[in-house]
Amino acid sequence: MSLKKLLTLIVCMAVMAIAVSCKKQNKETVKIGAIFAVTGGASFLGAPEAKTVQMLQDEINAAGGIDGKNIEVIIKDSAGKPENAISFAKQLIDENKVFAIIGPSTSGESMKIKSICDDAKVILVSCAAAESIVNPISKYVFKTPQKDSDAAQMILNLMKKKGITKIGVVSSNDGFGAEGKKQLEKLAPGAGVQILISEVYDKKATDLTGVLTKIKAKNVQAVVNWSIVPAQSIIAKNMKQLNMNVPLFQSHGFGNIKYVKEAGEAAEGIIFPCGRLLIVDELADSHPQKQVLAKYKKDYEGKYAEDASTFGGHAYDALMILVEAMKRGGSDKEKTRDALENLKGFAGTGGVFNYSPADHTGLDINGFELLTVRGGKFVKYEDK
Amino acid sequence: MPFEQILQYIFSGITNGSIYAIVAIGFNIIYNTTGIINFAQGEFLMLGGMTAISLSAFMPLPVAILASVVITSFVGALIDFIFIRRLKKPTVLNMVIITIGLSILIRDIALHVWDEKVRSLPYFTGSEVTSINILGAYISPQVLWVLGVSGIIVALLGVFFRVTVTGRSMRACASNMTAARLCGINTRNMVTISFMLSAAIGALAGCVVSPITQTQYDCGTSLAIKGFTVAILGGLGNSTGAVIGGIVIGLLEAFSISIMPLAYKDAIAIAVLLLILFVRPSGLFGKKEAAGLKEF
Repeated sequence: MSLKKLLTLIVCMAVMAIAVSCKKQNKETVKIGAIFAVTGGASFLGAPEAKTVQMLQDEINAAGGIDGKNIEVIIKDSAGKPENAISFAKQLIDENKVFAIIGPSTSGESMKIKSICDDAKVILVSCAAAESIVNPISKYVFKTPQKDSDAAQMILNLMKKKGITKIGVVSSNDGFGAEGKKQLEKLAPGAGVQILISEVYDKKATDLTGVLTKIKAKNVQAVVNWSIVPAQSIIAKNMKQLNMNVPLFQSHGFGNIKYVKEAGEAAEGIIFPCGRLLIVDELADSHPQKQVLAKYKKDYEGKYAEDASTFGGHAYDALMILVEAMKRGGSDKEKTRDALENLKGFAGTGGVFNYSPADHTGLDINGFELLTVRGGKFVKYEDK
Repeated sequence: MPFEQILQYIFSGITNGSIYAIVAIGFNIIYNTTGIINFAQGEFLMLGGMTAISLSAFMPLPVAILASVVITSFVGALIDFIFIRRLKKPTVLNMVIITIGLSILIRDIALHVWDEKVRSLPYFTGSEVTSINILGAYISPQVLWVLGVSGIIVALLGVFFRVTVTGRSMRACASNMTAARLCGINTRNMVTISFMLSAAIGALAGCVVSPITQTQYDCGTSLAIKGFTVAILGGLGNSTGAVIGGIVIGLLEAFSISIMPLAYKDAIAIAVLLLILFVRPSGLFGKKEAAGLKEF
């Protein structure tokens, strides 16, 4: 045996020895998969979600893990593409043998991997909003964001109160937009609101003056935009540019202060339903969510030096709910699933979660609050 | 349809059309000297916008834009210097693949430098809520900036290519590379200049449209596709063609919205493009003979 070969052998053995000894020293770990759109068009969802999960992983492990076991979150960047989400879901289940998966960030991706997780009997806690993720119910699929139908209902209730009966709807051509459009069209007649025109734009749209001109000609009393993309700022700017003086309603996708900054003065007065994270300072100390929200906001902003968003909050809820269920169910997947399904009164960032076999969202309309923009900031909407 | 509404659609179409036209002109300049389509053209826009946004935090807006144009044109020169000039056998296919690779590379670098968030430059005049009433139609002052800057770019390029020696040399390269070389024109330098010029134009366009369209690390791709379509429609290599092609596509899109759902906007624009190309395969203003000399 030449010296070179001998050396290689020694190095290899040393590496193996180190690897083995590391394994012995480390506590047992539970692997949790996470699929987020960290880059790409939906990165404003995925990036804060990934950061949140990373922060929580360190926090949980520093506090001794779950029942003495550390958690290891394996984050995969799907770039918001359903085909990536599918292959990552399969990889996480088959190769990494994860205990559960959280994410994906977008509704389209979640719908694609719903059946994969259900077939593999792996718990999926989605961070996307579309109602069809949990309706019809799949045994292993849950989600944390509030329901689209509740958001739409909230907007329609206010319209009814304000006497708005004729509206125009625009939505983006992705899963989130399509779902919102569907809910609005379904619920509007019940609130006595007539949708005069409903248009769909490309999620990468950079100019919406054309379609707004068309809507303006219909003499609507309000415009509702349903999307999660940067076009939310563009539509606000375009409406001011076209001198459209009707109120603009947006979905809970607007709950990101970045969009307010991009739209500048044009964002003033936009009304949208959203979770309470953005107005945590306005909450009374006795509010059940106050403590959770204040802590999450402080931790996140302290660690990453950027504003916390409700999207990161969805990932917070997904992981913490899973952790809570694991504490009750132990390392048994079925028991954890049962514990998750029967979790009640869990205060998260999106609201107080009450799961049941018939409800895998866990939140009702009370998870939302109507917000508006005043002075470049999110404030609670007060009806005058 | 009332007059104001028609006018509003026309403005909307011309705004988008002139953005497409500037991108198409960038394609044309490089096509003329190298015979290739630079698929990283959209990334020049993104780079210009992003650089100006970052710089505007430290300096007044006009200086930031100027600096960003200069920086981006150096990036253009660098790209030619590192990747294109050193090719031993520069075939069209090689160079096209290189530019596609570069576009991915630039996008990923931008993602790491600037992260994934959307940014924008402030409005050059007025703010997000300023609106100018022209005969009953409303437009943002930034739209006038876009139109003005596109107009000036086209005019200046016209003068540059007709009057200056460099411009004429570049046109000579466009007509016939070999003949240009025989006349003593340093064709390699012309290629470098063309990369710098189209990067600079891209960067300027990226800055002017930023308040309207907003800038994100991957915003160049979709603009490049539209610009490419317009360049083909106008006739590859023809700047006047690019301007008219851009406005034709812009207006088509705007008026298609008025009669059809918005979702069909691109389909209609592309359908018309195909129809025109069936009748005139070299584009509206492209010459058949000139196209025959090119490899691509």
